[in-house]
Amino acid sequence: MLEIFQYDFMINAFIVGILIAVIIPCIGVVIVLRRLSIMGDALSHVSLAGVAAGLAFGINPVISAVVFAVAASLCIEKIRKSIPRYGEISTAVIMSVGIGLAAILSGFVTSANFNSFLFGSLIAINKFEKYLIMALSIVVLALFLLLYRALFYITFDEESAKLAGIPVPIVTFVFTVLTAVTISISSRVVGTLVVSSMMVLPVAVSMQIAKSFRQTVVFSVLFSVFFVVSGLFISYYLNLKPGGTIVIMGVTTLITTLLSKGFAGKVKRKD
Amino acid sequence: MHILEVENLSFAYQDNYILKNASFKIDKGDFVGIIGPNGSGKSTLVKLMLKILTPEKGQIRIFGEDIKKFSQWSKIGYISQKANSFNGAFPATVNEVVGVNLLANTGLFKRKPPDYDKRIYDVLKMVGMQEHGNKLIGRLSGGQQQRVFIARVLVSQPEIMFLDEPTVGIDAKSEEALYCLLARLNEELGITIIMVTHDIGAITVHANKLICLGENGLTVHETSEPFTDKVLSELYGYSVQIHGHQCNNCDHMRQSRDEKC
Repeated sequence: MLEIFQYDFMINAFIVGILIAVIIPCIGVVIVLRRLSIMGDALSHVSLAGVAAGLAFGINPVISAVVFAVAASLCIEKIRKSIPRYGEISTAVIMSVGIGLAAILSGFVTSANFNSFLFGSLIAINKFEKYLIMALSIVVLALFLLLYRALFYITFDEESAKLAGIPVPIVTFVFTVLTAVTISISSRVVGTLVVSSMMVLPVAVSMQIAKSFRQTVVFSVLFSVFFVVSGLFISYYLNLKPGGTIVIMGVTTLITTLLSKGFAGKVKRKD
Repeated sequence: MHILEVENLSFAYQDNYILKNASFKIDKGDFVGIIGPNGSGKSTLVKLMLKILTPEKGQIRIFGEDIKKFSQWSKIGYISQKANSFNGAFPATVNEVVGVNLLANTGLFKRKPPDYDKRIYDVLKMVGMQEHGNKLIGRLSGGQQQRVFIARVLVSQPEIMFLDEPTVGIDAKSEEALYCLLARLNEELGITIIMVTHDIGAITVHANKLICLGENGLTVHETSEPFTDKVLSELYGYSVQIHGHQCNNCDHMRQSRDEKC
């Protein structure tokens, strides 16, 4: 057995990491195609404020991050409805609230644990968090698969989806909550500062080669699992922060794919 | 039979009235053009008829039923203005785009119907796109994309089809082919077509009814009345002439259309 798997915390990190790697791009595909990437950023900042609140008041930080992010997602929807013509303002407002609260609440945190949420940590995941993340990941994945057709239709053409009888406001609301939960639980492994990149990178790579929507989802998941597993290995052996390593693996793969595609295009044109 | 009835309809964006006491009726099998200058409320009227917007005053009846209680939306097909400006890099195949409407009507959580692939193939064949089922929608030309959007609507076998400026951004040849396709669907399948457009020349040839929105409110022109330059000038508020399409002599144009289509 490899040395890396002799430690329980590494096995935990791989179990949780792979589960998260599966759900992040499922949400990410819709986020990218609906051009809502900024929502990922906003919710990750609010979830950081939740982490700070949890650590400051002695509550499990993963639970408080989930609660903060879900509350923020509800506020985004509420503000969006109040000013429909400038709906994106709601995301910017919530992002500012998240940054402000995280800055204030971090002042009350004495534990060094706070830093592990910024860029992710392998050793920080305890048994309770492992089961909590596993349970929430399964719920997110199940709901995504259940809403797959509706999300595809809404993402492609919201007005027609509405007319076809899809309950667009309900599906959008559930999706926003799923995004909040995914971001909060992912921050344990990859960190709140890089989780939104993890929503975009596997999808960006997948879109370069996929030939359908279904392929885009499947390839995004496969790339995401590859980034997380390779990132965890590299970070363990080179003693690097896992979140940063996972994101750099994603960026490297994206650049390689773009260069290969460009090169293949040139060769094709010459022929 | 009146398939759609609009009575004393009023709608305003804040205090700006777009429609005031508008009334008209559309019969089964009509080919209706909705024309008028920019901002005259053409798309708003369509959205009111589709319950996307709620009127301030007035009544709309679809298939004899008040729109507030109407639930059989699978009988209605809609190709929105946004369909023209969808994200060209969207990674979906033609089959997926058409199939999603069929699945939405079948039930979001149910399994695919056994004839799923055949129904998609049949509607794509109807619009001449059966060879492109596995292609990415973004790789098609504007005219081909519009045909796919029409197929997406056709797959749920609608009785009324709404189109909001479907010819924007497509070349003259594709535009003509699109009008011919719509005319065929109207004549052969009896689908009522309601279409917002700026192509005055083409729509006066194909439509049997024109809903005109302008400074003087809403007026309806039937094909029995000549659609003259004077009528059009009054509608747009400045001198307009119809060139290329002799719409004062629409019978001749329709004959020419029938030969082309």
